[in-house]
Amino acid sequence: MIGENIVELKNISVSFDGEQILNGLNLDIKDKEFITFLGPSGCGKTTTLRLIAGFLEPDEGDIIFENQRINDVPAYKRQVNTIFQRYALFPHLNVYENIAFGLRVKKMKDKEIKEKVEEMLELVNLKGLGNRSIDTLSGGQQQRVAIARAIANRPKVLLLDEPLAALDLKLRKDMQKELKKIQQQLGITFVFVTHDQEEALTMSDRVIVMDDGKIQQIGTPQDIYNEPKNAFVADFIGESNILDGKMLKDFYVEFSGNKFDCLDKGFEKNELVDVVVRPEDVDIVPEDKGQLTGIVTSVAFLGVHYEIIVDIGGFKWMIQTTDEHFVDDKVGLYIEPDAIHIMKKSEYSGLYGDYSTYSEEMYEMNEINELAEEEAQ
Amino acid sequence: MNTSFSRRLINTPCLIWSAIFIVVPLFIVLYYTFSDGNGGFTLQNIYELRLYKDVFVTSVIYALIATLICLILSYPFSYFLTKISVNSQKMTILLVMLPMWMNLLIKTYSWTVILDNNGVLNRILNLLGFESVKFMGTPAAVILGMVYDFIPYMILPIYTTISKIDNSLLEAASDLGSNAFSKLRRVVLPLSIPGVLSGITMVFVPSISTFYISQKLGNGMILLVGDIIETQFKIPNYPLGAAMSLVLMIFIIISIAVMNKFGDTDKGGIMI
Repeated sequence: MIGENIVELKNISVSFDGEQILNGLNLDIKDKEFITFLGPSGCGKTTTLRLIAGFLEPDEGDIIFENQRINDVPAYKRQVNTIFQRYALFPHLNVYENIAFGLRVKKMKDKEIKEKVEEMLELVNLKGLGNRSIDTLSGGQQQRVAIARAIANRPKVLLLDEPLAALDLKLRKDMQKELKKIQQQLGITFVFVTHDQEEALTMSDRVIVMDDGKIQQIGTPQDIYNEPKNAFVADFIGESNILDGKMLKDFYVEFSGNKFDCLDKGFEKNELVDVVVRPEDVDIVPEDKGQLTGIVTSVAFLGVHYEIIVDIGGFKWMIQTTDEHFVDDKVGLYIEPDAIHIMKKSEYSGLYGDYSTYSEEMYEMNEINELAEEEAQ
Repeated sequence: MNTSFSRRLINTPCLIWSAIFIVVPLFIVLYYTFSDGNGGFTLQNIYELRLYKDVFVTSVIYALIATLICLILSYPFSYFLTKISVNSQKMTILLVMLPMWMNLLIKTYSWTVILDNNGVLNRILNLLGFESVKFMGTPAAVILGMVYDFIPYMILPIYTTISKIDNSLLEAASDLGSNAFSKLRRVVLPLSIPGVLSGITMVFVPSISTFYISQKLGNGMILLVGDIIETQFKIPNYPLGAAMSLVLMIFIIISIAVMNKFGDTDKGGIMI
């Protein structure tokens, strides 16, 4: 069902005030696919979206739409529509007129507009609310109006700039499903921007992980999660224990002072690598049966599972398990070969530490506290 | 109890002030309007106003023309002003406001120096080999004075409302297929209506009640309500002056009410 390339970005660079936002970006977006830009704020994902929409021109590179270069085509002539982060609904128009906006600009006949708007209202479950003014609507309803307004024009590509960020968790989940349904129903290419990895994984056909103006990895949600290309992707998508390792030979790796079988090959002999082990892939076993042994330093109950931090030779591992363990228990860890993922060293190697802290901010705060304590002594 | 006391402490001077300087004068105007000069009640003053019907009509027409010209000049000016860099915008707005801090009489008087038969403008015309033109005493001179004096009051509210329009709305309009003109018509214009309405009120009201501009630039040839009122208080014929003031005031209140009815003032307009 997913077809030819509809949008191609070729070697795109953008900078503002001397700051490089996008750096030699290359990307193909296929017809009818649901593709998601995922990355932390400032990674360039929204900039990429604005380039496709036509609100921004690249300093270098070409934007191709259906095999035509559209760098110079103004936004209003492009066959794409956008759902804006804070919806950008017209406050002087009611729901009906907001949805009809693009159709009126196209000088469509009133009768056709009416049909189209009614169809859209039904599609987004807002039937009968056409006469309401925008400021009487809830956030979720405004979101639906924004969707209806954008797709009423039947764009070939719909751009969505963090459209669900302002909604609460449950509503967000419903809207995720609904957007996906609408996308499949209409057969329009959706280009979605988010910093929420769960959202990206659940909705997308392909995910583009971005950081620092560059694409870090493109792939299906499964690829991105199971086969992260570098430490950044591994850390950004889900939880990961990222360790320094040495590839002794194909299918055999050393880390944390032990040697493990694995499924990866194609590395130099004794090449230094990053090793990723997902917290849910580690089994906790009695101390004498483990490949690694350590001491439990914290246990948190999260409902579905426990999140346990185990200190192994100073490196704090995160392990998710349904079995209960207690702080100060001595435990063994067992890791299956298919739970180990080997990555080449990259600029991100070593940037992501262990699970002494979850966030960088907390890590930095701890550093400052430690420094202050040292000074006090 | 404490709060109500302190609130009263703050409110009372304000109330006394308003009473003395707003309410009492209004009652004095009312009193004179219906007084025959010897303490008796009469409607004669109101009746006499019919003789000045033409002056009222002229005043309204002059004020309307001045307001319209201000609007035609201010809207494009404000619109394009919002398109330039923020620093240039601030600078330009400062320049627009600068004349507002100058005395109206001085500003108007300066125009007589320019427009006079031997004034700056005519001398330039002579130098270029043209005949002198009589500017002073023409309706155009009076309207020029009104436009010059009051145009900042049109520019400021319009500029404020346009510059407050969220840029993402304009992007949304382009996104939905609007070119520059359609964006202006479908988004900018409707969203700037409150500014336009308050601009209209703020220019129309001083224009209709002015007297100095018509006196100086009109050379006494053009009589507006303001001039007649001034004359009545100079003669002095307080009752007739008061009656005229009252009618003018009612007229102004009605026009403000009409303007308020048209637009939601809480959507960004400045209201007087």
